[in-house]
Amino acid sequence: MADTVQTWGSTVPGKATAKPNRMQKFLRRRSTIAFLMCLPLILIIVCLVIYPAFYSIYLSMLNKAQTRFIGLGNFTFLMSRDTFWMVVQQSTIFALTAVFFKALIGLITAHLVNNLPAKGQRKWRGMLLVPWVIPLALSTLGWWWMFDPTNSAFNYTLRSLGFDGIPWLSDPYWARFSVILVNVWYGAPFFLIMYLAALKSVPEQLYEAASIDGASAWQKFVHITLPMMRNIIAITVLFSMIVTFANFDIVQIMTAGGPRNMTHMFATYAFLLGIRSGDLPLGAATSLFMFPILAIAAVFILRGVRKRGREIG
Amino acid sequence: MSSITASVPSSKAMRSGASLRRSRRWALYASYFFLILFAIFFLAPPYYMIVTALKTDGEMAKLATNPWFIYDGVTLDQFRILLKNTDFLIYFKNTAIVTVCVVAITMVVSVLAAFALGRMRFWGSSMLATGIFLTYLVPDTLLFIPMFQIVKTLGLLNSYWGMVLVYPTLTVPFCTWIMIGYFQSIPKELDEAALIDGAGHMQMLLKIFVPVALPGIIAAMIFAFTVSWAAFVYPMAFLYSSDQQVLTVGTVTSLIRGDVYKWGMLMAGALLAAAPPLVIYAFLMDYYIAGLTAGATKG
Repeated sequence: MADTVQTWGSTVPGKATAKPNRMQKFLRRRSTIAFLMCLPLILIIVCLVIYPAFYSIYLSMLNKAQTRFIGLGNFTFLMSRDTFWMVVQQSTIFALTAVFFKALIGLITAHLVNNLPAKGQRKWRGMLLVPWVIPLALSTLGWWWMFDPTNSAFNYTLRSLGFDGIPWLSDPYWARFSVILVNVWYGAPFFLIMYLAALKSVPEQLYEAASIDGASAWQKFVHITLPMMRNIIAITVLFSMIVTFANFDIVQIMTAGGPRNMTHMFATYAFLLGIRSGDLPLGAATSLFMFPILAIAAVFILRGVRKRGREIG
Repeated sequence: MSSITASVPSSKAMRSGASLRRSRRWALYASYFFLILFAIFFLAPPYYMIVTALKTDGEMAKLATNPWFIYDGVTLDQFRILLKNTDFLIYFKNTAIVTVCVVAITMVVSVLAAFALGRMRFWGSSMLATGIFLTYLVPDTLLFIPMFQIVKTLGLLNSYWGMVLVYPTLTVPFCTWIMIGYFQSIPKELDEAALIDGAGHMQMLLKIFVPVALPGIIAAMIFAFTVSWAAFVYPMAFLYSSDQQVLTVGTVTSLIRGDVYKWGMLMAGALLAAAPPLVIYAFLMDYYIAGLTAGATKG
């Protein structure tokens, strides 16, 4: 649309300049209207995203009472604490493991669903997406109850099979395992949906041609499916990396960072320091540590989305 | 001669066709088998929540019976206690108010912006579109502490109207982003025809683009609804009194009192709180999925 207007403008410049430049006026009016239409959005982004981001940097350089400027004091204080490095470690382990298993389960289930006759696919897809639809805080509450040591589902099942009960949330390593498990459960359906959509967009002829050449199922997967899906896999993995790395709900509800601070993520640690202990600057500094990692992931996602946009046309 | 050469490959093809069909069938059985395993993994928690919510407290206290099943009869007592003795309905009302306001604000802001960005190029429009996408990637846990200070300064701390103010940062960028894609996919001839007929920009948007892009608008609405219904970090940080609390945080924190967890009632609360998104999903699944996949494919 914009192109057509511009070509009109360039092909009839004589007319437009001779008479009181109506075309140009129209264009000017048009971009003014467009700008006005974007104004609410720009206001939201500037006031509630960009301003808080810069304010966060300023806030992180104040002392606890917010009366004195202490430069990078909060950052150096954090970096001198063992707990902080444990948070860095746990966030990294959490994000990498959870995203890996989400992507793997998503890929497997997407293939399984894609194998089914077209009629049944909808039903299965609808059923398998349920974990993603339940608000995470509420399903985490359900998981918490299943992890209950004495009186509940998992340990009853284990005991009736002759095993010992597992201290799911009171042993630090089992607690780490549990929060990752819940995140995988919640996020895998998202990958399933994305990969299923991507699988559908791979042209059938490619597989037919490969069959004629005698390719095995595994060869088809490695040489056709994976290359065709590479971009969408990269986008979903990076996107999920951001969301998983910044996750708050699961850890806050199930362990609140314990036992011995070993399940804390950046978000829950920032919440503990900033809101619970009332040291807003220190909390702001903690969440700012997430920024570089998120920014790198964001740049790569943007590149992937642009490329995909061009491929689709 | 020709009949021999013709018959050999055809019988071979038939044989390989039969084995292909057999292996296809086995692949199908295997697919079903593993899908059932995955379905058990994915659906066990909601199933267990339902079972717990329908049990009596007496049965819950017994450690001998299998917790995955109900032996002492189904009861709705847990729901009755939840609705009568707790502030659950207040949370529900607050969440409903917040969500309706956020969805309305989101749709107005993002449809206007997406129309301008998708159909009318102007100075800085592609930069703005990129900026919107990047904003979408900013997680709420990155900015909740400065937001706390801002909300406090505005006097909206411990008020659900503060949520109406901050939730649009979570919903507007993504909704605008997918709406840009939907608006761009509408043929150019449509608005040219409207321009010739003398329609203004607002008329064009309301009479032509909104009806044509309705699937996209529904997908965006569902997204805004689910995000603001499920939001957890902001209410957790900004709200603390019962009369202002929303469902997610209210269910997880306020319903838990003392050392004895009333699991039956908690699960009843969690299920009721999760019901609206689930109902919308059940009826509008295709729109839901379209919205989900549009983020990475449109652009």
